[in-house]
Amino acid sequence: MLLKEVIYLVQKDFILEWRQKYAFNGMLLYVGSTVFICYLSFSLRFSGLQVPVWNALYWIILLFTAVNAISKSFTQENRGRLLYFYSLVSPQGVILAKIAYNAALMLVLGLLCFFFYAVIIGNPVQDIPMFLVSILLGALGFATSLTLVSGIAAKAANSSALMAVLSFPVIAPMLLMLMKLSKNAIDGLDRSTNLDELAILGAINVIVIATSYILFPFLWRT
Amino acid sequence: MKVEDSKIQISKIRTFEHRKIENTKMKNWWKFVTVALLLYSVTMGFLGEVPRLAILNESIRNLYFHVPMWFGMLAILAVSVVYSIKYLNNPTLRNDIIAKEAANVGILYGILGLLTGMVWARFTWGAWWVNDPKLNGAAIGMLIYFAYLVLRSSFAEQQQRARISAVYNIFAFVTLVPLLFILPRLTDSLHPGNGGNPGFGAYDLDSNMRLIFYPAVLGWIGLGIWILNLRVRLENLKFRFYENA
Repeated sequence: MLLKEVIYLVQKDFILEWRQKYAFNGMLLYVGSTVFICYLSFSLRFSGLQVPVWNALYWIILLFTAVNAISKSFTQENRGRLLYFYSLVSPQGVILAKIAYNAALMLVLGLLCFFFYAVIIGNPVQDIPMFLVSILLGALGFATSLTLVSGIAAKAANSSALMAVLSFPVIAPMLLMLMKLSKNAIDGLDRSTNLDELAILGAINVIVIATSYILFPFLWRT
Repeated sequence: MKVEDSKIQISKIRTFEHRKIENTKMKNWWKFVTVALLLYSVTMGFLGEVPRLAILNESIRNLYFHVPMWFGMLAILAVSVVYSIKYLNNPTLRNDIIAKEAANVGILYGILGLLTGMVWARFTWGAWWVNDPKLNGAAIGMLIYFAYLVLRSSFAEQQQRARISAVYNIFAFVTLVPLLFILPRLTDSLHPGNGGNPGFGAYDLDSNMRLIFYPAVLGWIGLGIWILNLRVRLENLKFRFYENA
């Protein structure tokens, strides 16, 4: 029953996105122009980017993209339609569907960002499958921890500034782990060194999804 | 006749008040314990015998002040989260006030912990701030609770503010736990007991420091709860005053 609801709601989000493409295209342009501005401001044609800087810059671009993309998830639908959903489906279905949809969106944006980044700035990654795994976990992690925060921020008066203030400290531990994981992938270290980080990222994701699942019903009543 | 009546009335009131005072005296035993523990741990902390070690020297006494701040902060923030959960189950003004004031006292303890730690770091590690997972975790934890206060101030309506900030409080505490407990154990840290460094037990061979350290922890937690108690009573009075004004 819950699964059916979630699948239906995710489908609805995809259809909405497909009909009004400006949101997705906007995010795409955001990623592209941010990468290009980084390229210009580091004037990379003459000197290569060092690996730690490359890594940190990639995740910071992705973090800002995620905050911008996910903060829309509860504000883009109008009040009437939200009330209509609330009478049809359970709150747990809504939050799980939003997390799933945001994870898919962030995965696409993360991969495209990696593509632009590799083409324009250069690609020092030695273990590409491992780097793709870290993008996958990053997309999932951003989606899980930012979706509930965007629900909180959407209720407040000045939601776009609040979104950043509320989400940065919450996402910090995950971001540190992700940077470590992708740094190992760039340096092409043996994969067994990453087991700790993989386990912790998975555990943080599970904990955050469980808390969102429990807490969201209290949020949507208002 | 009337005079006698009023006398009885007065004596009744007196016995009632007397009983009330007796009650509060019985209820306040833990405040005396707190004062005793703090007096003991502060005097013994400054005057007692400590192990003589290179680099640490006399600064080892900061163990009695710096570490209890973090224990106190975690205890008070745990109180805050418990009352946020209570608020979601049972939305009363009291639960909300306690959750908020506990977050305030937790921030106070966090700032004191950072300050005592910075002084200690200056004299043992050579810098006010070093890139250490525990320091960064503490700083991010402070950011979370500042964000909580900013979130609270962005709602005008009391019930909405209380419910939404309770949701954020619980969510933030859940993400704070891996930050403070798991990450420092994975990476290198300058703190004792992390990243291959020996724990404080190794410096404290005769366990004399424990005799002062544990009372200090209990005393500072007690003081935090006392501050919390006073602030909650003040907020309650303020609310009643403005409600009836």
